[in-house]
Amino acid sequence: MDPVAILIAFLKIFLVFNVLMGAVAFMTWVERRVSGIIQYRLGPNRVGPWGLLQPIADGIKFIQKKDIVPDDAYVPFYLMAPALAVVPALFAFVVIPFGPEVVLFGRKVPLVILDMDGGLLWGFAATALGVYALVLAGWASRSKFSLMGGLRSSAQMISYELPLVLSIVAVVLMAGTLRPTEIVAQQAGWFWNWNVCKGIPFLGFLLFTIAGYAETNRVPFDLPEAEGELVAGYHTEYSGMRFAAFFMAEYVNMMTSSALGVTLFLGGWQLGFPVALEGWPLWALQIGAFVAKVAFFQFLFVWVRWTLPRFRYDQLMNLGWKGLLPVSLVNLAATALLVTFDFNVTR
Amino acid sequence: MIDPRLVLILSTVLFALGAVGVLLRRGAISILMCVELMLNAANLAFITFARLRGGPEAQIYVFFVMTLAAAEAAAGLAIVIALFRLKGTTDVDEINLLKW
Amino acid sequence: MDAFAFYVLALLTVASALVVVTHRNPVVSAVALAFNLVSIAGFYVLLGAQFIGLLQVLVYAGAIMVLILFVIMLLNLAEELPPVKVAGTFQRVLAPAATLTFAVVLGRALWRDTPATLPPASEGFGTAAVLGRELFTRYYYPFEVISLLLVVAMVGAVLLAKRKLT
Repeated sequence: MDPVAILIAFLKIFLVFNVLMGAVAFMTWVERRVSGIIQYRLGPNRVGPWGLLQPIADGIKFIQKKDIVPDDAYVPFYLMAPALAVVPALFAFVVIPFGPEVVLFGRKVPLVILDMDGGLLWGFAATALGVYALVLAGWASRSKFSLMGGLRSSAQMISYELPLVLSIVAVVLMAGTLRPTEIVAQQAGWFWNWNVCKGIPFLGFLLFTIAGYAETNRVPFDLPEAEGELVAGYHTEYSGMRFAAFFMAEYVNMMTSSALGVTLFLGGWQLGFPVALEGWPLWALQIGAFVAKVAFFQFLFVWVRWTLPRFRYDQLMNLGWKGLLPVSLVNLAATALLVTFDFNVTR
Repeated sequence: MIDPRLVLILSTVLFALGAVGVLLRRGAISILMCVELMLNAANLAFITFARLRGGPEAQIYVFFVMTLAAAEAAAGLAIVIALFRLKGTTDVDEINLLKW
Repeated sequence: MDAFAFYVLALLTVASALVVVTHRNPVVSAVALAFNLVSIAGFYVLLGAQFIGLLQVLVYAGAIMVLILFVIMLLNLAEELPPVKVAGTFQRVLAPAATLTFAVVLGRALWRDTPATLPPASEGFGTAAVLGRELFTRYYYPFEVISLLLVVAMVGAVLLAKRKLT
């Protein structure tokens, strides 16, 4: 293993990790300001210009809180659950290409941490592992609210994994590969080459987005953790930094969901229009395009949260099994037909 | 490099542990979990053989074994739930309605 | 490097398997089994079968084990008791003895008939493309039959676990 390759890998991991953590903190601010705008009020604006230092104040608040562990709790799992929530969420980001192939230190470096053949499956495997944190947190707290909330959350997550993965299978069918870098490379050119316009336009994208909201436990699917319903669901008995860890995990999940959607449907780091540039200016622009698309997706998450009321739990499960699943199956079948007759699925 | 004989020994050890679990545990779900352990030990052996032989056949078998394990887990757990509703316990020593 | 990964994974696998088989609390058993499945997936990747390894995490550790955990929590299973009936001691001695004998015989047979080094992996060994091609050409009938089997298992599970509305 030559040291330059190790250094490049380390740089990529360092960059992605820090940007993700910073983005999570930034998202808390964005959430509160945008919710303020939607609800016709000001968000946080005391701490720093436009309240931009609010996440830091929140962090300090969380750190200095008393560390409470319930008497009856099953301590090993109780302590493990917040970490178990954050790690798979971060893991899923490893396979997402956030930029083109750049030339760094005299060698070509694809801007993705792990470029493996079944890369897309890795993303879903990591998200599937995130369910354990909810179940264990709910059970280890030894409280009725937590257990019910935990079971409901995880049932919701695994139910919506099906339409999520099926909408992706339609994209993989059109692309012919499971490698995210290749999927992004196939969407080069003008923006009507993006996967959202191929096959049946927008249907797969819509399915993925809705299932993504349910996967990340965001409104309108956040009944398991809504106040006034189950106190706070699976993280009722958590306080201070452990609660903040669950919060962080939720935001990182949102970011992973957005990044996957952008990579698969919106062309990843592709610009969508030809530009007469070469080398680093072009690459910087493409990385910026990726960031902008993910930011738009995140804004969509926040916008939907503060606009729609939440679903009741049985309505939620009905929508997943009786609504989204048949539609995603039809999407898959129709896409398969289109691929057979090579119509609107230019590879 | 890895010694495939060690992987097969590991697979045997896991299988033996699973078998001991099936024979000694009393809860129905625990027995099911030990059966899953045995299935995974067999899968590990399959993959080793696939690598030794070089073809994709053994991987296909692993694929089918995994699917079968999923179906079996679902049906088995449904049976355990029905039994629990009847008897109030999943202890297999209590499931003796057909005993003389 | 590979050998180091192998020994670490082997240690994790055997340790979690021991927890699965011996721990009284079924929830701890289930979590240990999930851990075991993920380490076996690591073995698959180490041996070159990446697609199967990822499927193992996605299907086995991500879906089947969550289902088992659900049922354990829904039934609110208490900690399990050791075998205490009359045949208990007899069982506790005979079962490990018989299993050990079997394991020794099997292990010896496997050890003698396998080479000591792995051959290099064939072209596209663990990829989805090769597996998919085989699955849809040579193993087409088993593939269709197993989808039928999954439907049957689903229907059966729903029927068996349904509450009778009397």
